[in-house]
Amino acid sequence: MGKTFAEKILAAKSGQAEVVPGQIVVVKPEHLLTHDNTAAIVGKIKEDLKEFGVARPDMPVIILDHVVPAANEKTAINHKTAREFAKTYGIKNFYDVGEGICHQVLMEKGLALPGTIIVGSDSHTCSYGALGAFSTGIDRTEAAALLLRGETWFKVPESIKVTLTGKLPSKVSAKDLVLTIIGDIGADGANYCSVEFHGAVASLSIEDRFTIANMGVEMGAKVAAFPIDEVTREYLASLGIADTSYTTVWADSDASYDRELSYDLSAIEPVVAHPHKVDNVKTVTASAGIAFNQFFLGTCTNGRLSDLRAAAEILDGKSVAEESRLIVLPASKEVFEAAIDEGIISKLSKAGGMILPPGCGPCLGAHQGCLAPEEKCLSTANRNFKGRMGCKEAEIYLAGPETVAASAIAGKLVDPRKEVV
Amino acid sequence: MKVWKYGDDINTDMLFPGKYTYSCSTPEEIRPHLLEDLDPDFSGAVQEGDLLFAGKNFGCGSSREQPVLGLKDVGIKAIVARSYARIFYRAAINQGLLLIQCSEAIDAFKEGDAVNLDIEGGTISIGESTFSFPKLPPQILEISKAGGLLQYTREKLRNA
Repeated sequence: MGKTFAEKILAAKSGQAEVVPGQIVVVKPEHLLTHDNTAAIVGKIKEDLKEFGVARPDMPVIILDHVVPAANEKTAINHKTAREFAKTYGIKNFYDVGEGICHQVLMEKGLALPGTIIVGSDSHTCSYGALGAFSTGIDRTEAAALLLRGETWFKVPESIKVTLTGKLPSKVSAKDLVLTIIGDIGADGANYCSVEFHGAVASLSIEDRFTIANMGVEMGAKVAAFPIDEVTREYLASLGIADTSYTTVWADSDASYDRELSYDLSAIEPVVAHPHKVDNVKTVTASAGIAFNQFFLGTCTNGRLSDLRAAAEILDGKSVAEESRLIVLPASKEVFEAAIDEGIISKLSKAGGMILPPGCGPCLGAHQGCLAPEEKCLSTANRNFKGRMGCKEAEIYLAGPETVAASAIAGKLVDPRKEVV
Repeated sequence: MKVWKYGDDINTDMLFPGKYTYSCSTPEEIRPHLLEDLDPDFSGAVQEGDLLFAGKNFGCGSSREQPVLGLKDVGIKAIVARSYARIFYRAAINQGLLLIQCSEAIDAFKEGDAVNLDIEGGTISIGESTFSFPKLPPQILEISKAGGLLQYTREKLRNA
């Protein structure tokens, strides 16, 4: 019997011929990602660091992104502590405020490679499954222990196979696909599992795959992964990474899966997750007309160039509705600059968008664009939890960039497949 | 001993709002905001030894560990739920906070029922009924026994 992606990579990384679901294995992840929480993490092990040092200085990747630039003295001290830690312990993969959202930057810097294990003290660390990495989120204490010891444990997960057919229609995005899946299986539908995508993945760009893998945690998944194909190899080549410098690991064709799902991409339509759960998904058609105060384009889910481009095409020459506001955060400095060069930023700004610096921004309610009671926001982010954007009496709806852009013109939820005037 | 009972999909934003994630890290800073958007009465009224009951997918969402640190700090003896989100589950192991997965106990519990927990024996009694719950695998139990992951890590490094 063949093995799943998760079983194969965990066997290889733990030095065993084969492993089975439920088994505990010990691995040394290639990378450990931390962000603004680096300060709290190293604060837990101040004395230990003096005694034991950092086990593998090439493992940590520190990217400051959650509250950037610093909003107050406390967050400024967090950033300062992270900088000093990186300098003291020779952490070369340190990226300061302004580089962008950690998950985007880690990929752009070529640190997410196929066949590697990446853990991070951020739940959306599952994003690197887009590139065939086994990546998942952990808590701060585990990140601290990894700094000291360089290894951790995993329970080999059960796996779910998602087979795709067809191609996404125009103005329907990878976000609509992943929200549809989450709506179908629920916020815990893939709890502890490795979700492995098979079939017609070739029409999905790396950015599409990133959006899907990123939302893996919203269905409870440990890992959400794609096979390594020509699209992956071309993306990595564009970063200067030759295919001889990584190992590809993928599921056997006869692998045994706990569950199997299939989706026809051509049948996917624009959807929206209603408050306050990500699996509260309805079609845009069935939800049309809901009025919003704020529209938010950005985050590690949908702040990439293709997202901004899709929104700019819709907003070009149009205006954000009166009494509504549009907030735009490019996912990284690189995305920001490419969007400037392409004229995207100009289109978004002229339409009424407020352009903020690359970072997580209002996604977690820490600063920049928090909501007031009774307000509604239509967002490209990954979570619509109560209180998420700073106010428990506000409502957050989640959708793809096309739906957010088209709706921003109307001031209310509209189907992006229809022209908005 | 009081049982605090909540529903399904209780996420980490409800347990500890994201807006405080980068300004509150210590138990003293966490406590006033614990469960703030879920149950504003909780933080002022919770007592050492209380239990928290919940439905499925408890602790879903962010990797922030303030919910675990906070619940441990206020003396929650154990959480009993139908299921847990995986990062929360790991975080609880890492702090030595006991998580019990037992749908039967959740089904059986009615307000006012006496609840007795036998941690060593792996059973929980609700009124007249007793249910068993699975224990952690032995390798993982070692982490809890050491007093949490950092203590476990220190022991491993010193004995290396």
